[in-house]
Amino acid sequence: MRKLWNIPGGIHPPEHKVQSLGQPLASLPLPEELVLPVSQHLGNPAQPVVEVGDTVLRGQLVAEGRDSISANVHASTSGTIVAIEDRPLPHPSGLDGLCIVLKPDGQDQWAQLEACEDYRQEDRRALLERIQAAGVAGLGGAGFPTAAKLRTDQEIRTLIINGTECEPYITADDMLMREQPDEIVQGALLLSYILGEPGEVLVVIEDNKPEAIAAMRDAVVRAADARLEVVVIPTKYPSGGEKQLVQILTGQEVPSGKLPAHLGIVCQNVGTVVAAYRAVRYGEPLIERITTVTGEAFASQRNVRVRLGTPMAFLLKQHGYDPARAASLVMGGPMMGFAILNPDAPVIKTTNCLLAPSRQEAPPPGPAQACIRCGLCAEVCPASLLPQQLYWHARAQDEDKLQSHHLFDCIECGACAYVCPSQIPLVQFYRAAKGEIRRRNEDRQLADRARARFDFRKQRIEEEKEARRLAREAAQAEAQARAAASATIATDRPKPEAAARSAKLLAVAAKAQQNAAANQRSRLERNLLAAEARLEKLQLRLKEIDDASQEGPLLARIKEAELACQAVRDKLAALPSEENETSKEDS
Amino acid sequence: MALLSSPHLRGPNSTAGIMQLVLLATLPGFLALTWFFGAGTFYNILLASVTAVTAEALMLKLRRRPVAFYLKDYSALVTAVLLGLALPPYAPWWIPVVGALSAIIIAKHLYGGLGYNPFNPAMVGYVVLLISFPVEMTQWATPLPLLPEGQSLLGPITALEHIFLETPLDAHSGATPLERFYINQIYQNEPLFTEARWAGAGWEWVNIGFLVGGLFLLYKKVFTWHVPVSMLLSLGILSLFFYEGTYAGGGSPVFHWLSGGIMLGAFFIATDPVTSVASRRGKLIFGAAIGILVYVIRSWSNYPEGVAFAVLLMNFAAPFIDHYTVPRSYGHPKSRQGVGGKG
Repeated sequence: MRKLWNIPGGIHPPEHKVQSLGQPLASLPLPEELVLPVSQHLGNPAQPVVEVGDTVLRGQLVAEGRDSISANVHASTSGTIVAIEDRPLPHPSGLDGLCIVLKPDGQDQWAQLEACEDYRQEDRRALLERIQAAGVAGLGGAGFPTAAKLRTDQEIRTLIINGTECEPYITADDMLMREQPDEIVQGALLLSYILGEPGEVLVVIEDNKPEAIAAMRDAVVRAADARLEVVVIPTKYPSGGEKQLVQILTGQEVPSGKLPAHLGIVCQNVGTVVAAYRAVRYGEPLIERITTVTGEAFASQRNVRVRLGTPMAFLLKQHGYDPARAASLVMGGPMMGFAILNPDAPVIKTTNCLLAPSRQEAPPPGPAQACIRCGLCAEVCPASLLPQQLYWHARAQDEDKLQSHHLFDCIECGACAYVCPSQIPLVQFYRAAKGEIRRRNEDRQLADRARARFDFRKQRIEEEKEARRLAREAAQAEAQARAAASATIATDRPKPEAAARSAKLLAVAAKAQQNAAANQRSRLERNLLAAEARLEKLQLRLKEIDDASQEGPLLARIKEAELACQAVRDKLAALPSEENETSKEDS
Repeated sequence: MALLSSPHLRGPNSTAGIMQLVLLATLPGFLALTWFFGAGTFYNILLASVTAVTAEALMLKLRRRPVAFYLKDYSALVTAVLLGLALPPYAPWWIPVVGALSAIIIAKHLYGGLGYNPFNPAMVGYVVLLISFPVEMTQWATPLPLLPEGQSLLGPITALEHIFLETPLDAHSGATPLERFYINQIYQNEPLFTEARWAGAGWEWVNIGFLVGGLFLLYKKVFTWHVPVSMLLSLGILSLFFYEGTYAGGGSPVFHWLSGGIMLGAFFIATDPVTSVASRRGKLIFGAAIGILVYVIRSWSNYPEGVAFAVLLMNFAAPFIDHYTVPRSYGHPKSRQGVGGKG
């Protein structure tokens, strides 16, 4: 038995996995049209390479990834491109985005695919390119381009094949492990070849999937590779998170802001592994995936192979979806999925589950009560954060506190909100706070850039002014020199202009000094007048008053005024007289 | 269709459920109080509860909050019950009323209501009473084992007479073990102690009752072990240090654990999440400091008992402790001392 580590926190929500495993893996007929978003992955959107009216074959490239953090998009069947336009996307924002709309011709004719009998004959870089060309992205839900993840310069010692599937309801990976265990194992070996043959390749499965565990164990025995091992871990949400899995298997923590590769670990979902394998072995691009259709609002709950781009509405219709019963329609699991507002949105690479629970299954949350800081959230947080403090600071919009409480290490698993007795939508607060901080940082960067631009402009203007001044002076000096030269030729008198100029300068300086002294004198004289007036007024008031009790303070003020007058007089006396000044200047 | 943020599943916990568990857990302690001191505690709780719920409704109305929605969280009731349990039995009727009003209006709603109060409302109510009405607050009923031959506990009707007509308790009142101990420093020949098994007659069972209730809450995961255990440990260690043997010196750890309001304080008051600290490390510090303060107040201050003061003082320090005890989170080398700073 392999040593396993425990992760802090975690919850055990009802699993709800049985209902979607009752039926075998099914396929769907072709829908009327397929909607292929150019952005089905994490990273930059792909660029369409077809035009409206083009006919395409199944598996043909329709949009090309712009760089390495992007993924190609392929036609999921043969047909005609009927539109390239904004359509509803399966995205938390509910916004529309650019999609390539394909009308199937019903032939479902494959494009020419380039198979590879033995990948070990190939260069690793060539294999990575094949995976990238096939548009493979993480099928577990995040959708990170797989080739980019595999293209690491770290030395990889452990490859983790993630079949954990810890979220309730979802059984897509479970079904895949039962159906294609050998392809998973072959894919794992392929990835291990690409990663420079790490010492261990671990297929990790939670202990609530005995069939999948058995199937994978058999496949591992068939593969006969000592590095391969099926690791069964206790069922607990969110054990399947990449960071959590690293901790469970190695006891190490991925440093904040770093990737598991930093520890010599790469983690890939089982579905991704199969997609990568098929891309290399058969040259098959990623054009379909297994999706779990589940929840009591469906008449039939099961796993289906879905062509990417299939509108969710089509899937709903095929499974007897009853909108009246549904509490919500969710893409992904109940813990981390997001609500789908428009069912016209298509199935994409990351659609592992389509969940439509009934109101009894997922009763809408009541209004949030006050946080009593009970700390249940902190007990279940897998990242050992203090959700109650984060909530407090998020409400106060205290950015510094949020950062120092590591808001950005929150993986949004939702365990805190699940246990919250006050029904506070904690994750929503954290997401909003993260968005706000990101936005503010962007604003700050923009402001910094604007300030830098302004400073630069100011400096440039100054410099130009200075340059003009220097040019002017140079021109003047040149003119003088010329004039002097001509004068010398004419009269032979030594630089009369220069002598005249210095005399003039001296006169100006003396005048300025005299002005300053005169200014000071007149200011002191004004002060003296004012002080004397004040003194006079106070003395008058002293005569008028008859209340003896007021006399004391008034006398004190009179004394003060007298002192002030004397001080000004002293200062005036200290000033050199005008006659002196003038005589000094003259000398 | 609702636009919902994940998670779309909610667990079975509810604030009302937690509060109900707390109420249920006070039962053993309440029964022990009633067994040894009679019906006085029941009336205290009744008066405090009616006052507290009325005051809560009134304050909610004044603050323009939905009254029924907030009343259903049972928090006012919990405050009232804890206050009622802490008050001396057969206290005049206005004692629980004034206490509950101070707790709900001043300590809770003036600070923003449930979740925003920096001080434990029940303890604020208790301390307001203790400072304002020291005579009434230090008159404890005589426990059952010490009643003179042929006398029994006050009947429910006689109890009402004492409460509303304020007839004196006479033979039915006496000093608490802590007071007796505080005055004498030696408790050898006092019947209050010779009649008891471990600490003070009657009192030890009241504390054991609250201990049982507290362990039930621990089992139900209403709170973690950190605050009560560290509080009892620090009190125990400190008393052991100053203990000079049987019936002398500062009192044995067992005497301190089973006297006064320790178990009520450790499991029902100090664990109040709103006024406590967030992290586990912080909870250990928080609990230990309360234990130390209780011993210091009991031994060297003008008050024989110090749970209420200790808890309030540490409520005051809770944000400070929170500031310095942010736990190490995933992927970070170690927790940063002083959250605001860089160091």
